[in-house]
Amino acid sequence: MPRRLRRFLCRQSMLVLGLGLVLIMSLAAVAAPLLAPYDPDALHLDAILAPPSSEFLLGTDRLGRDVLSRLLYGGRVSLWVGFVAVGISTIVGVTLGLVSGYFRGWVDEVVMRVVDVMLCFPSFFLILSVIAFLEPDLVNIMIVIGLTSWMGVARLVRAETLSLRERAFVAAARLAGCSTARILWRHILPNALAPVLISATLGVAGAILVESSLSFLGLGVQPPDASWGNMLQDGKASLETAPWLSIYPGAAILLTVLGYNLLGESLRDLSDPRLKR
Amino acid sequence: MPLFSPFLSAARGGRGRRARRILRKILWTALVLLGITVVSFGVIHLAPGSPTDMETTLNPLAGEAARRQLESLYGLDKPLYAQYWDWLTRVVQLDFGRSMSADSRPVLDKILERLPLTVGMNVASLLLTLLIAIPVGVLSACRRNSLLDKSVTVLVFLGFAMPSFWLALLLMLFFGIELQWLPLSGLTSLDFDQRDFWGKAADLASHLALPILVYTVGGLAGMSRYMRACMLEVLRQDYILTARAKGLSAAVVVWRHALRNALLPVITLLGLSVPGLIGGSVILESIFALPGLGQLFYAAVMARDYTMIMGNLVLGAILTLAGNILADVCYGLADPRIRAAGEER
Repeated sequence: MPRRLRRFLCRQSMLVLGLGLVLIMSLAAVAAPLLAPYDPDALHLDAILAPPSSEFLLGTDRLGRDVLSRLLYGGRVSLWVGFVAVGISTIVGVTLGLVSGYFRGWVDEVVMRVVDVMLCFPSFFLILSVIAFLEPDLVNIMIVIGLTSWMGVARLVRAETLSLRERAFVAAARLAGCSTARILWRHILPNALAPVLISATLGVAGAILVESSLSFLGLGVQPPDASWGNMLQDGKASLETAPWLSIYPGAAILLTVLGYNLLGESLRDLSDPRLKR
Repeated sequence: MPLFSPFLSAARGGRGRRARRILRKILWTALVLLGITVVSFGVIHLAPGSPTDMETTLNPLAGEAARRQLESLYGLDKPLYAQYWDWLTRVVQLDFGRSMSADSRPVLDKILERLPLTVGMNVASLLLTLLIAIPVGVLSACRRNSLLDKSVTVLVFLGFAMPSFWLALLLMLFFGIELQWLPLSGLTSLDFDQRDFWGKAADLASHLALPILVYTVGGLAGMSRYMRACMLEVLRQDYILTARAKGLSAAVVVWRHALRNALLPVITLLGLSVPGLIGGSVILESIFALPGLGQLFYAAVMARDYTMIMGNLVLGAILTLAGNILADVCYGLADPRIRAAGEER
C-alpha cells in the first residue's frame, strides 16, 4: 500500500470502520445462501430454544430454527429495504429539489409548502397509518418509507440548485442551446451530487431502523420470512427463557446502522473544506 | 437550516412590513394546517381496505345489506370530496367523530385521556436529556479531541445507531430479569390501589424508570452532538476572544458568555424533536405496555379504526406544528439580536 494512502486511512479511522462494517454486513447478506449453516426456515424440532452451542452457533428460536441462518437472511431484507427506499426518496427528492430550485416562483412555493406539510407529520405515524391499510409486504414498506423521507433531500438539492443556477457554466449551457432537462440533469445535478450521496448513505441507516421497527410491531416483514425486526419481536416473547433471541438481531441492526452512519458522517467531513482546518 | 423561515424572517423586518409579515405567517400556518388535513384524509382513503372489513367481510354472519348499512352509517358511501368536507367541518369544531371500535366513544376524549402520560414521560426525559447533554456538549467542545471528547463521540454514534426497542429489551433483560430491580412492563402493580400516596408514587416511578431511560438515551446522542457543534461555533467568535483578552476566567467565559449564545439553537432542536418523540411513543409504549397515546394509535392501526387513526394523525401533526411555532417564538424572544431587529426602524 502506498504510504500516502496508508497515512490517509490511519487518519480516517471513522471512514475505515464504517466502510468495513458496511462491506461485512453487505457481503454477509449477499452470500447468505453460502454462509448459512442451515435452511433459515428449517425446523429442528429436537433443538427448540437451544442456547448457543457448537451445533447452533447463535442458538435456535421457539420453532427450532437456526438463529444464525435467519440473521443472515434477515440481513438481505434490511439491505434491500434500505437501498430501495432510499432510491425512491432520492429520486423524488432530487427531482422536486431541482425543479423548485431552478424554476423558483410558484413551483418552488408549492413544493416547499408540501415539504412543510410533510415535515409536520410524525413520520412513523404516517407510515403506520398507510401500512395498516395496505398489505404489509416488503414492496409496500419500501415504497411507503421512500415516499415519507424525501423532504430532506428535496431541500438540500433545492438549496444547491438555487446557487448553481446563477453560475457561469449554467448560463453557458443555456446559451449553447441545451434543453432545460439537460441543464438540470447533466450540468446542475452532477455538481450537487456529493451532498445527495452523503444524505443517501445516512438515509439507508434511517430506512433500516424504520423497517426493523415496523417488523418489530408486526406490521413489516411477515413471518415466516426472517427480518431482524420480527426476530426481535419473537425474542421479546421468550425474553426470560431465551435471551439470545433478543440479543443477536439487535446487535446486527446496531452494527449495520452504525456502519452507514459512520460512512456518511466521515464522507461529510471529507467533503466539507471548513472542517479541514 | 431553519425549518420555519417565515417566522424568523418576519422578526427581522422593519415596522412597516411587520403587519404584512405577521399576516403572511398566519396564512402560512392556515395553509399548512389545511395541507395536514388533506394528506391525512388522502392517505387513509386512497388505501385499499375498509373499516367495515372487520365487521363484514371477516364476519361470515354479516351480508351485503349489513355492509351497506354500516357504510352509510359512517358516511362511506358518499363521494370522497363530500366525505372530506363533512369531516373537515367537524374537525374545525374539534369534533373528530366517534371511535369505530367496540366502545364507540368520541375520538377526542380517548386521545385526551391518553395524552398526559405520553407528554409527561416525554417532558421528563427531555429535561433529563438537557441536564446531561448541555454539560457534556460544552465540556467536549472545550476540550476538543481530548479523551473525553473522543469517548463522547463514540457513545454518540452508538446512541444514534441503537434501535430504541432493542435498548428497551436489553434494559428489561438486565434490570427486570437479571437483577429483578424493576418491573418489566405496565404502569402500576396489582396492589396499586391499596398503597398509600408515597407507595403509589414509588410504584409509578419504578414502572416509568425504564421507559424514561430509553427515551433519554434516544435524545441524548443528538442533543449532546448538537450542543457540541453550537459551542464550537460560538467559541470561535470574536467576543469570546475579547472576554478572554480582558482577563476573565475560563469558567466565566465558557459558562456565562459562550453558553448563552450556544443554547439558542437548542430551542429550535427541541421544537424539531416533537414528531420523533410522538412517533417513538408507539414502539416504546407497546413494549412497556403503557396506556399512552402511542399505544392507542397502535391499537387503532391494528383494528383499522379510521376515525381514530385520522384523529391521531391530525392531532400529532398539529402538535408538531405547535411545537415548531413555539420554538420559533421562543427563539425570537430569547435572542436579543432578532428582537432588536424586529423593533427598530
